[in-house]
Amino acid sequence: MAVLNEWAFIGVFFAVAWVFPFAPIFLARLVAPRKPNPIKQSTYECGVETVGDTWVQFKVQYYIYGLIFLVFDVEMIFLFPWAVAYRELDFFAFAAGFLFIFLLADALIYAWRKDALEWV
Amino acid sequence: MFQVPTIADLNLGLTLPALSLALGACVLLLLDLFVPRERKEITAWLAMAGIAVSFVLNLAGFNESGTAFLGTFAADQFTGFLNIVILITAFLGVLLSLDYLKRAKIERGEYYVLLLLSAAGMMFMSSANDLIVVFIALELLSIPLYIMATFRAPDLKSEESGMKYFILGAFAGAFFVYGAALVYGATGTTNLPEIFAAVNGIIAAGGSQMFLLLMGTGLILVGLGFKVAVVPFHMWTPDVYEGAPTPVTAFMSVGAKAGGFAGLLRIMVVALPVFVLKDGQTAAAWQQTFWLVAAATLILGNIVAIAQTNVKRMLAYSSIAHAGYIMMAVAAAGTAGVANEATRAALLYLMAYMFTNLGAFGIALAIEKDDGSDTGVDNFIGLAKSKPALAAMMTVFMLSLTGIPLTGGFVGKWFVFKSALDAGLVPLAIIGVLTSVISAFYYVRIIVNMYLKDGEGDPAAGATRYVNWAIYVAFAGTLLMGIFPWIATNLSDTVVLAVEMFVR
Repeated sequence: MAVLNEWAFIGVFFAVAWVFPFAPIFLARLVAPRKPNPIKQSTYECGVETVGDTWVQFKVQYYIYGLIFLVFDVEMIFLFPWAVAYRELDFFAFAAGFLFIFLLADALIYAWRKDALEWV
Repeated sequence: MFQVPTIADLNLGLTLPALSLALGACVLLLLDLFVPRERKEITAWLAMAGIAVSFVLNLAGFNESGTAFLGTFAADQFTGFLNIVILITAFLGVLLSLDYLKRAKIERGEYYVLLLLSAAGMMFMSSANDLIVVFIALELLSIPLYIMATFRAPDLKSEESGMKYFILGAFAGAFFVYGAALVYGATGTTNLPEIFAAVNGIIAAGGSQMFLLLMGTGLILVGLGFKVAVVPFHMWTPDVYEGAPTPVTAFMSVGAKAGGFAGLLRIMVVALPVFVLKDGQTAAAWQQTFWLVAAATLILGNIVAIAQTNVKRMLAYSSIAHAGYIMMAVAAAGTAGVANEATRAALLYLMAYMFTNLGAFGIALAIEKDDGSDTGVDNFIGLAKSKPALAAMMTVFMLSLTGIPLTGGFVGKWFVFKSALDAGLVPLAIIGVLTSVISAFYYVRIIVNMYLKDGEGDPAAGATRYVNWAIYVAFAGTLLMGIFPWIATNLSDTVVLAVEMFVR
């Protein structure tokens, strides 16, 4: 039954995950004053009034940019702890970090040479 | 606490064939950037050089065995043998693609990089010793294939092919992961030998963990069954094989099967051979299911192939049927004491199938027009007159697929049927023999079309130099394996997956 106790944490986590976001929303409904007017009710889009239909085709380049952004994003998460602990690392972690950088650089150089970084 | 491993712990020497190919693909991606657009054959030659390096490394370390990457990667003769199959497939795949891509005006360097990456995934699959590594290898094998299947875009059939393959492949991947999670839930480990060690305790305890393990095993079969295209998970195969560019079809019909069966054999034979529902049984619990899947695959694949008029669709159903024969060997591996023999039979079958099928697809590619049309069975009419050598080799490939003696197909079938009989699966062996007879109908029809039917025209526009080379290699391999089977059997003489079978 020791296995069940380990799994129980996931159950607790699951419950907390539901309570945590819903409790403030519910509390806000109870406590907050409500005085609607047309400006408050309007659709909010970066402070600008929305123009036209929202169902438009996006340029495919947005996705490519998103993917390249991800390269740096993931790099950051993994390399920051690696760089901070650099002095205490042995050769294995050093090599692993550089292999990781090589693979990311591989992708970036490829994207760069294929003109994916130019906005056209 | 997690101990940081040292480089020496990783045992990198054993992983060199697969690692060199994966790194070669990454480097090729960079080198290709500096190859001018009109000279992409340079990339192809570099890719072949990378495959050759990996091949030499594989032969050099052929008889070494052990584990690497902290037990998640196993190298033994099983790995070495499958790596030979995979690397020859990749090499011939590049040869078949060289002129085809130029003819179809879809020549791009990325194609060869993707092919190398996919082959590296197959090689990792053949040595994966951990469910997580199996999954990563499965994805590395599949994702490049999805892209390669759409390489003829904006040709609608090619796009449909890649899209179907992608959606169904991702779907199947989810099944595999769920199965692996359930097996982990039951045994508490993803390492295959550790799962093996945990299974006896689960059988003794019985109850819910037994159920988890059973569900997990079934879902793993579903996930990998999709990849190797066995009935009832075969629906995608004809459409994908027909729509994908022909060299891609040739490559994935052999490579994806080799990878999928490598994973299936390793999981079932290394991790779950003693998994029985009642203590004291000699056959593994999954054998009955595999039996049924193999029988259904043999019957459906062979019978539906008769109705096909397009040679690529016909070869697709034929590849489903051949997956059935290999599945027969996997089912036989469930019987105590036969596991190693059956594993070896599956490997030999894969090698024979590799040569024959690549050759057959090579000729299908040769009769194809530049726009990908004219791949009907009727387009073989007149080939014996216009290209007698090609017609003669196609005859041998068709006979080998049927399993006529003196060809590789016969040797593969002989070992598979023998292992099925040794495992006591007599009805399955009978189904196998009967469906082989049925299969002769649609294979011989092509021979009849080539030799006995009158027709004019010049099929074989695509029989260019490199395509011919690839066909010659496949032809030589098919005959060599049929006439001198000991070359292949010696390579697999100590294939031992189930070391500690039944020591409980």
